[in-house]
Amino acid sequence: MSSKTDTKIVKLGDAPKARPHHSGWRDWLGVVPFFLFVALFVALPSLTLLVRAFLDEENHLTLANLAGLLKSDILNAYWVTIKISLATALGGGLLGFLMAYAITVGKLPGGVRSSLLTFSGVASNFAGVPLAFAFIATLGRTGLVTILLKTLFNLDLYKAGFSLYSFWGLTLTYIFFQFPLMILVITPALDGLRKEWSEAAANLGASSATYWRKVALPILMPSILGSMILLFGNSFGAYATAYSLTGGFINLITIVIGSQIKGDILYNPGLGYALAVGMVIVMAVMMAIYYSLRRRSERWLRQ
Amino acid sequence: MAETMKKRSFWSWLWIILGVLYFILPLYSTFDFSLRAKKGVLSLVSYTNVFKDPSFWKTIEFSLIIGIFTIIVSIILVAPTAYWIRLRLPQLRGMVEFISMLPFVVPAIVLVFGAIRAFSGAPFYLTNTFFGTYVLLVAMYVVLALPFVYRAIDTGLAAIDVRALTEAAQSLGASWSTILFKVIFPNLRVAIINSAFLTLATVIGEYTIASFLVGIKAFGPYMSLIGQNRTYESSSLAIISFLMTWGFMGLIQIFNRGKVDSSSLAGAR
Repeated sequence: MSSKTDTKIVKLGDAPKARPHHSGWRDWLGVVPFFLFVALFVALPSLTLLVRAFLDEENHLTLANLAGLLKSDILNAYWVTIKISLATALGGGLLGFLMAYAITVGKLPGGVRSSLLTFSGVASNFAGVPLAFAFIATLGRTGLVTILLKTLFNLDLYKAGFSLYSFWGLTLTYIFFQFPLMILVITPALDGLRKEWSEAAANLGASSATYWRKVALPILMPSILGSMILLFGNSFGAYATAYSLTGGFINLITIVIGSQIKGDILYNPGLGYALAVGMVIVMAVMMAIYYSLRRRSERWLRQ
Repeated sequence: MAETMKKRSFWSWLWIILGVLYFILPLYSTFDFSLRAKKGVLSLVSYTNVFKDPSFWKTIEFSLIIGIFTIIVSIILVAPTAYWIRLRLPQLRGMVEFISMLPFVVPAIVLVFGAIRAFSGAPFYLTNTFFGTYVLLVAMYVVLALPFVYRAIDTGLAAIDVRALTEAAQSLGASWSTILFKVIFPNLRVAIINSAFLTLATVIGEYTIASFLVGIKAFGPYMSLIGQNRTYESSSLAIISFLMTWGFMGLIQIFNRGKVDSSSLAGAR
């Protein structure tokens, strides 16, 4: 009974509903600067690319630019980008999830939790040029780990086919900022697992494994998938790290777009626009899935 | 039961140690490498070389100034808008939240591509002058910062009763500017400071947008240039840049009383 009145009070305190306000045209003036800014610096650049993707150099309508996306080297660039994004989303997502599990359900001391969250905030923002330098010093030809493996285990990474400047090297580098991001986004979801659920499962005779398989994981699944999609998008659109690590010699979509902006190799402005539009479409689909998954996870877990 | 607890904490520590190694090894390697500029001895030569380079200071200064303008513009743009929407136009909230998340859909490389094509010709000609280019750079960074600036400020506004404060101020005869600057903004202090440091951490070493708009005037492209020519200095730059990121995030921690959450997310760069 008392809880019922409480919610009622809260509802009444929620001013917009308590005192209905009819917004007049004057009220809309207050948001004009923001929408003007967005129209100029988000909508206009995006629409410019979208429109030009359908125009040829004489401004005639054409589908040739989009057809250019089907060329084998472009399809290959999309494929490599998707593979790297998948590998880093899965690898970084798994490591990040396990670490987040350790600091929440794993009941490690509170100091570990707070320092891990701080470090995640830093590391997820540590990308681009300096990250590339750090991995060159680690796994480059004369990197510390490369040398250590050679002297300690007689294992020559580069003779074994590894290269920091190719698929696996880039994947390992991206994971450096991917797993901290996973920790940041999945920790609130793990915090939302209620103690009562595991206790109830244990009372009904479920083992810890059964509880995870039948209760915890199904509840967490939308959050886990959603977070991994966020990670996927994060590496799908990444340019700075890849460019400074490989000097532009890797066939990623962002790198191809970059060289179209500079107009250096195989310059074909129309193709550049089509590439950018293709990229935005992939990202938009990813974000749409992310939001629908997030809405589903909010049913159980109040974040 | 005690057995499973022990097992659980073993695995927990294992994952933590694995992750911490992933984090520490590259940093340690970089630091180690940065000390080896002189053959046979450990020295700080690569650091003094960096500090002696006037371009280092010039590019840091440039990126800091751009960062400060980005902070000013994004706060002036977002805070009054978020306040106004909570007060008068709640029906727009979903839409503005969606807009603030657009950098997740439009990555930095696409954004700068579109901006160059849209603003290099008629009717704006922004990229024809230095000033115009700087304006465009700041605008791009404001867009990049939009997700976390909007979220921080909106969360800050949710914690206060915007309507009651406004009506109280109005009934005491306060003007709109008094309400904004003396009543609302002081309540958003933590949110504004948070987003300011996050913006600095994002902008100062930013490469993608800076390299296409202003080239080696900015710190990110300068680091990249050093990386092509000078091996040891590039590692000391990586350490310096890491310490700066750590510093900005640490300041957020201090002002935020130790709370960290996912509101620091920004789109792909």
